[in-house]
Amino acid sequence: MNEGRAAQPGRLRTYLSGGRAGQPNPGEAPHPRQASKLRSYVLGGAVLAAAASLAACSGGQSVGGGSSSTSSSSPYGFTTATQNPKSEITVWVDSTRLPAAQAYEKAHPGQKIKIVTYDGDANGSNSFRTKMELYNRAGSGWPDVVFTADDNSASWGSQSGTGDLAPLNKGTKNLIPAATLSGFASGSLGVCTVNGSVYCLRNDLAQNVLWYNKTLMDKWGYQVPATWEQYQALAAKVATQHPGYIVGTAGDAWTPEIYMWGSECPASQVTGPKAITVNTSSPNCVRAAKMLDSLIANKTMSTQDIFGPQFAKQQGSKILMVPGPAWYGGSVFQGLLKTPKGQIAVAPAPQWASASTPVTGAVGGGAWWVSAHSTNLAAAVQFATWVTTSDAYQVDLAPGYPAYTAAAAKWIAKQQASGYWANNISAPIIAAASQVWAGWVPPEFSQEAVWASTVSAGMAQGKSIESLLPAWQTAITNQAKVLGYTVGK
Amino acid sequence: MTTGPVISDAAGRVAPVTRPAARPGSRQRGRVLVTGHLFVSGYVVLLALFGVIPVIYSLYLALTRPAGGFAGLGNFIQTAEDYRFVPAAEHVAAFLILWLVSLTVFVVLLALVVHRLASRRGRTFIRFAYYIPGALAGASSVLLWLFVLNPSVSPVSILIRAFGGTQFTSVIAPGHLPMVFTIIAFWTGAGGWILILYGALNTIPADLLEAARVDGAGPLSTAWHVQLPLIGKWITYMLILSLAAGTQLFVEPQLVSQASFGVVSNYYSLNQLAYQYAFTQNNFNGAAAISIDLLIVALVCAGILISRGRLFRTD
Repeated sequence: MNEGRAAQPGRLRTYLSGGRAGQPNPGEAPHPRQASKLRSYVLGGAVLAAAASLAACSGGQSVGGGSSSTSSSSPYGFTTATQNPKSEITVWVDSTRLPAAQAYEKAHPGQKIKIVTYDGDANGSNSFRTKMELYNRAGSGWPDVVFTADDNSASWGSQSGTGDLAPLNKGTKNLIPAATLSGFASGSLGVCTVNGSVYCLRNDLAQNVLWYNKTLMDKWGYQVPATWEQYQALAAKVATQHPGYIVGTAGDAWTPEIYMWGSECPASQVTGPKAITVNTSSPNCVRAAKMLDSLIANKTMSTQDIFGPQFAKQQGSKILMVPGPAWYGGSVFQGLLKTPKGQIAVAPAPQWASASTPVTGAVGGGAWWVSAHSTNLAAAVQFATWVTTSDAYQVDLAPGYPAYTAAAAKWIAKQQASGYWANNISAPIIAAASQVWAGWVPPEFSQEAVWASTVSAGMAQGKSIESLLPAWQTAITNQAKVLGYTVGK
Repeated sequence: MTTGPVISDAAGRVAPVTRPAARPGSRQRGRVLVTGHLFVSGYVVLLALFGVIPVIYSLYLALTRPAGGFAGLGNFIQTAEDYRFVPAAEHVAAFLILWLVSLTVFVVLLALVVHRLASRRGRTFIRFAYYIPGALAGASSVLLWLFVLNPSVSPVSILIRAFGGTQFTSVIAPGHLPMVFTIIAFWTGAGGWILILYGALNTIPADLLEAARVDGAGPLSTAWHVQLPLIGKWITYMLILSLAAGTQLFVEPQLVSQASFGVVSNYYSLNQLAYQYAFTQNNFNGAAAISIDLLIVALVCAGILISRGRLFRTD
């Protein structure tokens, strides 16, 4: 609503004239003759302006869609803008990745770089796509390199005319050498890949593991659960023996990516470029929903946002266990909660007893994208390569598990050497990286946003997750259909 | 719409006041006309640039296909059949009813109270206090409210907890939102309107009120039988502008959606749905169709208010 901005000036003006002179009245009409003259002027002006605008917009549209007309084709498999190796590059990062851009700037004093912080497209905000659509419309303004915390940008960014993200290995000449691409953990570029072309470099992997407070577990004589059944039984014990302590959180938009994905719930099976199958009433989804409901009922499962204003204050020191992605270690325990060293340990994510092979989910895992409209592709590509592969950022500064294998090995060794962790965290984290269930593929829209507006909203009104599964199904289906997906069950 | 009466007033007043002795010759009239046109020109240019041209452009978009070609009512039908359309329209309607009613009742009441206050300093202070929230830009005042509504950081958390709000997500449960947005909108916008109605009350001649008092009218019957009928046009004027602003509900739900990490969907209002069409579905034509829907609703309602409120009738 524009009330504050739009109506204020008019109001103020009217008030002043009304207050001082006392006479004017909103009902007072202009002199009839003047009014009719005025009207004809206004009308004439409006018609002229309308004609001009119609002419302008038919031209304007082609500018947005066809910026390629002013640029040349390239060996990279897409139409590039006219290159200027000296031009400044604009880089978008979230606040967590700001040190990456700053480290690059420090290491490359010759390269002009403009750093813009935004929300990182996190929590399904969709701001990356929104802004790119706007720039496409305007025909200018694109950033050169963008960091996102989501994993669904490749699906729209690869479509010509909507995303215009640069494919990195499409043409006769690769923007990024194949050797570099093969240095990323196997499968980690899957979310970047559309029809065999890679559109992003993965920043970090976000495979889920079980974080727990080893000090408390040892003190209370608890065994680390290997299955979700044991996890649930332990939670029941905690509820009676140590009320107030929590074994997980379910208040965030990525809750389904921990518990549903880890339960092989078929809520997001993308089967083609515009095809998805959704079945939230599958027993795999129901078992996870029931488990969450029972833990929420006995208060061992928090329903607050981890990064919200209340969690750290009220429950930050009450974490016994929390299933979550590899980046929880740096972001949550070391960053947000500042848990003292020597307490936090990692175990493999729990499994359902009936599962034949161990599986887990993943929460995002950032990626870096290069715009096809960049006027300095060389610098943009160099930046994206540097922040994902160099030790100076990925090993020394990065809070999450690097997707680039060489950096990952050093990162985990450094983490271990820091003495912060209470056990050997590398084995479970490395093992989980290859256990992410392939049956959950991020579509063009954000599953996190759908979950938040249906399931989280229902939970806030006291409904059980199990009872919300049909609504979740409908919401995913509706959202997919709006974007032109065919939806199967 | 807002400047119309003022400009006509300025144009009408300048001539007789500054040149009372002039002959009603044609040269003189020409000069008056030029002055009048000069006065309105700034408004007309801005109206064309930011009002008329965008409307015509969106009309053009609404009637064509994204790929080009005449679409007829296709975009209107497609958007109206969208599963998000009807709930969004209901949300906006619920908000409008709550907001317009509370705005009218409380603004008139508060303006009458200020007008009746005896102490001149008290009046000055209250007028200033009313205006302060309106001085904050729309988005920043909503941000302020995000803190007020969050029980863990709110200065009035006791009040929120008394109403059963334990977490931010329970405060902004779907059923509460029209009320929450009404409170925010009232807080940010009502102050200015109270001042305007206070100004309108000042235009009522003192001898009229005096006559009412002599005839035995108390404060209530004076307000009801004398003051309210005389400021009726101002109330209509407030309703029209507020209606136009209210149908465009956007900043409040958008920020609440972001602050709640999506628990409040980002298509709560029609304007947000239009925004989704334009910027996540790359369908500017659908977005234009929704905005034309809003324009028609606002125009029809304004037309009814104008004819019922006899806004442009001069006695």
